[in-house]
Amino acid sequence: MLGLSKKDTGFLLFVTFLTLATPVLLQPFPEGSALAQFNAGYPDLMQRFAIYGIFAIGFNLLFGLTGYLSFGHAAFLGVGSYSVVWMYKLLGYNVVPGLLLAIVVSGLFGLVIGYISLRRSGIYFSILTLAFAQMSYNLAYSVFTPLTNGETGLQVYSNDPQVLMGPNSPKSPNLFGLQMIDSIKVPVGDWVFTFNIGYYFTAIIAIAVFYLSMRIFRSPFGLVLRAIKSNRTRLNYAGINTKPYMLGVFVISGMYAGLAGGLLAAMDPLAGAERMQWTASGEVVLMTILGGAGTLMGPVLGAGFIKYFENIFSKINEDILHQWFAWLPPGANDFVTGLLKPFVGEGWQLTLGLLFVLVVVFLPGGIMEGLQRIGAGLRHRGGGNPTATAPAAETQPAE
Amino acid sequence: MDAIILQILNGLDKGAAYALIALGLTLIFGTLGVVNFAHGALFMIGAFCAITLQRLLGLSFEQVDPTQKDFLGNPLKVKVPYVESWFGHDLGSAIISWSVPLAILLAIPVMIIVGIAMERGLIKHFYKRTHAEQILVTFGLAIVLQEVVKYFFGPNPIQSPAPDAFSGSFDFGAMIGLHAGVIIYPYWRMVYFLFSLAVVAGVFAFLQFTTFGMVVRAGMNDRQTVGLLGINIDRRFTIVFAIAAIVAGVAGVMYAPILSPNFHMGMEFLVLSFVVVVVGGMGSLTGAVLAGFLLGILQSFASMNEVKSVIPGIDQVIIYLVAIVILLVRPRGLLGRAGVMEE
Repeated sequence: MLGLSKKDTGFLLFVTFLTLATPVLLQPFPEGSALAQFNAGYPDLMQRFAIYGIFAIGFNLLFGLTGYLSFGHAAFLGVGSYSVVWMYKLLGYNVVPGLLLAIVVSGLFGLVIGYISLRRSGIYFSILTLAFAQMSYNLAYSVFTPLTNGETGLQVYSNDPQVLMGPNSPKSPNLFGLQMIDSIKVPVGDWVFTFNIGYYFTAIIAIAVFYLSMRIFRSPFGLVLRAIKSNRTRLNYAGINTKPYMLGVFVISGMYAGLAGGLLAAMDPLAGAERMQWTASGEVVLMTILGGAGTLMGPVLGAGFIKYFENIFSKINEDILHQWFAWLPPGANDFVTGLLKPFVGEGWQLTLGLLFVLVVVFLPGGIMEGLQRIGAGLRHRGGGNPTATAPAAETQPAE
Repeated sequence: MDAIILQILNGLDKGAAYALIALGLTLIFGTLGVVNFAHGALFMIGAFCAITLQRLLGLSFEQVDPTQKDFLGNPLKVKVPYVESWFGHDLGSAIISWSVPLAILLAIPVMIIVGIAMERGLIKHFYKRTHAEQILVTFGLAIVLQEVVKYFFGPNPIQSPAPDAFSGSFDFGAMIGLHAGVIIYPYWRMVYFLFSLAVVAGVFAFLQFTTFGMVVRAGMNDRQTVGLLGINIDRRFTIVFAIAAIVAGVAGVMYAPILSPNFHMGMEFLVLSFVVVVVGGMGSLTGAVLAGFLLGILQSFASMNEVKSVIPGIDQVIIYLVAIVILLVRPRGLLGRAGVMEE
């Protein structure tokens, strides 16, 4: 179906189902229970899952397939956000023109940055992309203030032209009248599920671009990209000019990032330069590695994991820890709480950093490799067939 | 003329910090072949050594001072730092005032421990992995170090004053016979510049004139042959890593009065220092130092109003622009050896 093999179609359907059912799946704990704070089924967070999933999928096309580590992808994210907000200001709150512009502009950006950066490889490529992103960030704060509104961030003011806005048009980002912030709350027993239009909008786009990345992975184009990763020189000797392929994937990857940035502004009509800072570039690198670079599903899992961490893990505070360990004797309770306190709440990034180091050291394939190892281990134990491990690792749907 | 000298001076202290961090980075890269993204964090730890010592010296107890009375006529309780009660008032307060330079004594052992722990515990395992993986693991490590410091010292910048003797500014222009009152330069920045020159000279002398340095230089050229000669090159390279950590650490200590340390200062400097290393040439120590000063001074020239009015925003991007041009025109860097990381 859709030009995919049977297995891939099944995988895509599975992912589609997971994505569409997210508002239910991520709301496993009843409202009001002690564990309700671990529910991730609220619109803001789910939108972030989808948006950063798109960002990471795009980054993975570049890094996972070709091994070129870009440290400047945040520039595209910022450009995408600015494009969308500018379309709000000029045309109106419909998100479609903005998102199209975001893709086009970030594609052009990618063309320029890629054309220059791709003349070098390895660490030099990383530094060139970093330099471009930092330049964009610095310029957004200084010279381009008329375009970016500097530190305040770009937003819509009441005296903006908004030529396409009628008297009855909604006053917030919408898709032909469907407002992104609208949601339907469905109470089922103790549970409350929130189905948000913004989330479904991003989720459908995410599924579409996931499908696209699947096609790229399976295409001859993707094969050349992988060949670049394993041995670029040999490819040159084989008579294949790798430059257009690299530039192509760099631009595609930039457009993914631009789309993600545009969607961020589509959910919240605001754009700031901090989205272009190198920390944001570092974040997408973390997501991709943590999930598993070069796999289809890994970056999405990584993005979800980090965003969940950021939103949920950072909420755990000392009192909650005390509650958890209430079954311990008081002294031991205090001790364990004191031991864990630096790692939660404000310190969630410490846990993230530690986890990241551990993953790079012990599990270079990220979460996906971990899942595969677990899967292989289970199969090994269940089947009692020692040769089953090797093919099992290959036949995983997510590459 | 005045303006030119002033801008050169303004660029010196920042350039000195870039140069010292870049020196360590390129030392590590040249010997161990590792791209260390955690080097900025070492600089930051150094700066927080200064803060730690300042706080330790500031520890005090309350004492009844019979000579002073509060408004009720009772003897006033005053806080007396322990240091003052141990060494007497004059020497004690001098020690407190000199806490930043004294922190170098604290920073050196701390940086040795941190450096060796990093190298033996983590980086050792990444010699044979790709540069991308080295960047990733050291990047993760940098996050961890930052967060640990943030946990103990909080997220806000902490001030740490320079010694009283060096606070304030002096008229550099009048000293060299130019118009008085034009080139006013803070003492401490001059101290920082001279200090960085001394550190650079020390590192170069160490590598040039000691047997250890000779082995290290030989190892940088051809690690395998040195190993075949029966020299434990790994151990020496661990020590080199510790030296690079010390250089970054003391650079951070002395920078604390110039920029109030916060937990993410290291990353900001790291990004620029990497650019400096690339401009100077990967693996070239002289190149790193020269490029550090060069870019520091260039940046300060670019932030002159006369320049900014011609090319707006140039001060924000000059360093990156230079790096892009250098990478495209001469990828080995200003003083890099041909063939080293030139792809």
